[in-house]
Amino acid sequence: MNGMTFEAIAARIAQVCDEAMVVRSENGQPFVRVPAAALPRVAALLRRDPALLCDALMDLTGYDRLKYPGNEASPANDAIAVVYLLFSQQHHHRVMLEVQAPRALCSVPTVSGLWPAALYFEREVFDLLGVQFVGHPSLERILCPDDWVGHPLRKDYLYPAQYHGVPHLREGQHFDGAPRRQGDPEPTPTPAPTKKGHP
Amino acid sequence: MAVADLPKPGNDPHEQIVLTAVDEFLAWGKENSLFYLLFATACCGIELMQAGGPRYDVDRLGMIPRATPRQADLMIVAGTITHKMAGVVRTLWEQMTEPRWVVSMGSCANSGGPFSKWSYSVLNGVDKYVPVDVYIPGCPPRPEALIDGVMALRERVRRYRTMGVRDRDPHVVQGADCRFGSHPGKPEPQA
Ligand code: SF4
Repeated sequence: MNGMTFEAIAARIAQVCDEAMVVRSENGQPFVRVPAAALPRVAALLRRDPALLCDALMDLTGYDRLKYPGNEASPANDAIAVVYLLFSQQHHHRVMLEVQAPRALCSVPTVSGLWPAALYFEREVFDLLGVQFVGHPSLERILCPDDWVGHPLRKDYLYPAQYHGVPHLREGQHFDGAPRRQGDPEPTPTPAPTKKGHP
Repeated sequence: MAVADLPKPGNDPHEQIVLTAVDEFLAWGKENSLFYLLFATACCGIELMQAGGPRYDVDRLGMIPRATPRQADLMIVAGTITHKMAGVVRTLWEQMTEPRWVVSMGSCANSGGPFSKWSYSVLNGVDKYVPVDVYIPGCPPRPEALIDGVMALRERVRRYRTMGVRDRDPHVVQGADCRFGSHPGKPEPQA
């Protein structure tokens, strides 16, 4: 029992979403990038279409594209990307979806109505990357304490210097090359290292 | 005097009474029944379980794991404590009955261990929330080090029970493997 090929799935997605784009990640993994506005449509198609029937949301995760070297297919930007890994237990095919949301007004429609597993995944992505999942019934922090400030997996996250009055370093403790914490002086700008292939 | 010459216990009740200080007797009972609260949050917890297993068998020291703080004399904090978890440690400690003792096991519980440099969420030492009696360095400490710490604690329990002296300065188990960072109490090596 073999499912559809990736190309066939991508073509099927393109029928409901004109802006869908097939991109290859750096290690050659193909995925479909859709705009956030089209996500409910595409997700419903993938979930319900009898030929696609992606009934398992294997993972929903995200990453910060800041400092990420761009290439032709995905130019560098500072968006937050949300990634959906879907699998069809019926047809045994899988597909990866990506949605990008701008950093400042970071919101993506929820898919928890289609895959209840997304309820926890979306809380995690909200907690660590600050993506607002519109329509999620209880979008609260899941890993950090409720009164935590900031979203730690954002690449411009500034580590707190203390939490509830407990400082982050013990008295007299110092680490060379430790990440900058709140209250530390601004680092002096150093010229960015140039690496071949990543201008 | 040969054994045969010793007076045999007779029917006289005075010959069957052992005279000792009640405090000594109670202390002996107490130090041989240190029930501990299992508080294993990370990899050090595996070593704690190993200490309870048949090879090291801390049961023979009268140490029986308890699942509730109400029945525990001793809390062994074995593992990484995050800021979110720290409040739970404090609550459990407050629920234990006096006199209560705390053993901090492993670099994480002592000082944040391998996470103290790069982490935003790990507490740098459980002693910020609860008073610690014995520190055991190591990542993770071997069960021998844990037993070493417990023996030092038993000494303290006995002193407290017989003389009413509660040592406030923490004991640090020496000679244990301590790869990640320093821990309070051990002098830094001179450069
Ligand atoms: S001290 Fe080492 S072994 Fe123990 S909990 Fe921390 S990382 Fe794990």
